Amino acid sequence: MSAAQQAVPLRPEAAQPLNNAGKRPHVTIRGLSKRFDSTVIYDNFELDIPRGELISVFGPNGCGKSTLINMIAGLVRPDAGQILFDGRRLDEIKFGYVFQNYREALFPWMHAFDNIAYPLKVMKVHAAERRARTEALVATLGIKLDLRLYPYQMSGGQQQLVSILRALVVEPEILFLDEPFSALDYEMTLFMRERLQRIFMQTGTTTVLVSHDLEEAVFLADRVLLLSRHPARVAAFASVGAARPRTDATLTDPDFVRTKAECLEVFQREVRRA
Amino acid sequence: MKRPKGDAFLPVIGVAGLLAVWWLATSRAWVDPVLLPSPVLTFEALWRGMVGGALGEDFVKTVVRTAASTLIAAVAAIPLGIVLGSSERLYRSLEFVIDFFRSTPASAMFPLFLVIFGPGDETKISVAAFGAALVILFNVAYGVMNARRTRLLAAKVMGASRLRVLFDVMLLESLPQTFVGLRNGVSLALVIVVVAEMFIGSQDGLGHSVFEAQQLFEMPRMYAAIFAAGALGYGLNLLFLLVERHFVHWSGK
Repeated sequence: MSAAQQAVPLRPEAAQPLNNAGKRPHVTIRGLSKRFDSTVIYDNFELDIPRGELISVFGPNGCGKSTLINMIAGLVRPDAGQILFDGRRLDEIKFGYVFQNYREALFPWMHAFDNIAYPLKVMKVHAAERRARTEALVATLGIKLDLRLYPYQMSGGQQQLVSILRALVVEPEILFLDEPFSALDYEMTLFMRERLQRIFMQTGTTTVLVSHDLEEAVFLADRVLLLSRHPARVAAFASVGAARPRTDATLTDPDFVRTKAECLEVFQREVRRA
Repeated sequence: MKRPKGDAFLPVIGVAGLLAVWWLATSRAWVDPVLLPSPVLTFEALWRGMVGGALGEDFVKTVVRTAASTLIAAVAAIPLGIVLGSSERLYRSLEFVIDFFRSTPASAMFPLFLVIFGPGDETKISVAAFGAALVILFNVAYGVMNARRTRLLAAKVMGASRLRVLFDVMLLESLPQTFVGLRNGVSLALVIVVVAEMFIGSQDGLGHSVFEAQQLFEMPRMYAAIFAAGALGYGLNLLFLLVERHFVHWSGK
């Protein structure tokens, strides 16, 4: 039985079971187990990630939010289990990963432009084509940044935007973001949420975002994956119905406020379950 | 940060102060003029020595020896440091040996190197290179080992091979620390070269110049040679800083 079927639909009228949605799941996670020393983080965890949706992962501290996407993205090796992307393994697909710490994830010896183009170099794409594809990506997304600057000459938000572009340049099938905005100030966070939403609307790339901010998680997501304390289970996989583009007005929309409150309730129930 | 006007001239104050005290000490005969000649006599000796004099030739000799030993040290130590730094187990197994010889005063190795290479330039250069190499080796290995994990992961997650991660990320990550090693290494090489020029059967070089002037009681010439050595040390450090700022522009940012 898949995790999506186990999940408690918060709003039955909005929750769409994947098997009825007419879409095949993009990522299928089966029997995933992971322990750190004596702590069991995941024990036979199962989940289907729907295609073309933005999924926020939210849960109590230390429940393994980042570990989940790191296992999906191959940064952490699971003890057991299988993760497939349309039935293919990770090394058969293209994906992008955005780290929380942009300062340490970008290459300070390269201009922003070369940072963005670097994954193409790893893929042995020729210089002229690298340049063309990078320019095309920047133009398509309408990014107005001076890409001849070095990362350390840019603001935190601009650096993280460069990181996101670097993840997108390979035209990934799936994009992972690990708390991408938590090192930014609030003003920049609001701006970057807006940018990420626009990028998502334009590319439609399946996106998995770890967040420690419930408002952000709900605001950005098509579905919020709420995890329990470890060993992590799916506490809820809640659909967020609000239409895109979501704006500041969305934050006070009664439907949105109710979804957020319901997620908070699940979260607090899980936190108290010591 | 905005600085008050004229702050650029602050370093001049120390120099002017030192010269003033020096001049007073000699003109008022506070100090035996044999031990401390006047600034005028000293700088006269410096000028005459450096422009077409013996001091200029000695200066060039010392520069060549220091440069040669630093170059040899860098060529030997940088690749080795990268290899050591990229394997923590290898580094741990050699750490004590490196640390031990790094802590051994290189001057204690003179007699051994003399036996091996004889009293010529080879001994001076190889002892200095030995000392500098260990400093550089240690810093390069340290720089590679302390490469930011996130940066290595970022390259790995893009599918970069081990070799590509080494050349595209680790090498560049270690550059700031490598330059720390090069600057310390060239300073140490200069110290060893000057000491070697003083003692082991030397005919030239700044160390020889200082020692000879002292033996002949030509005090202005001795001070002139000391200043020349000081200027050389300061200049080498400055040169490496400028090269570093150009090539490792991200250092400390």
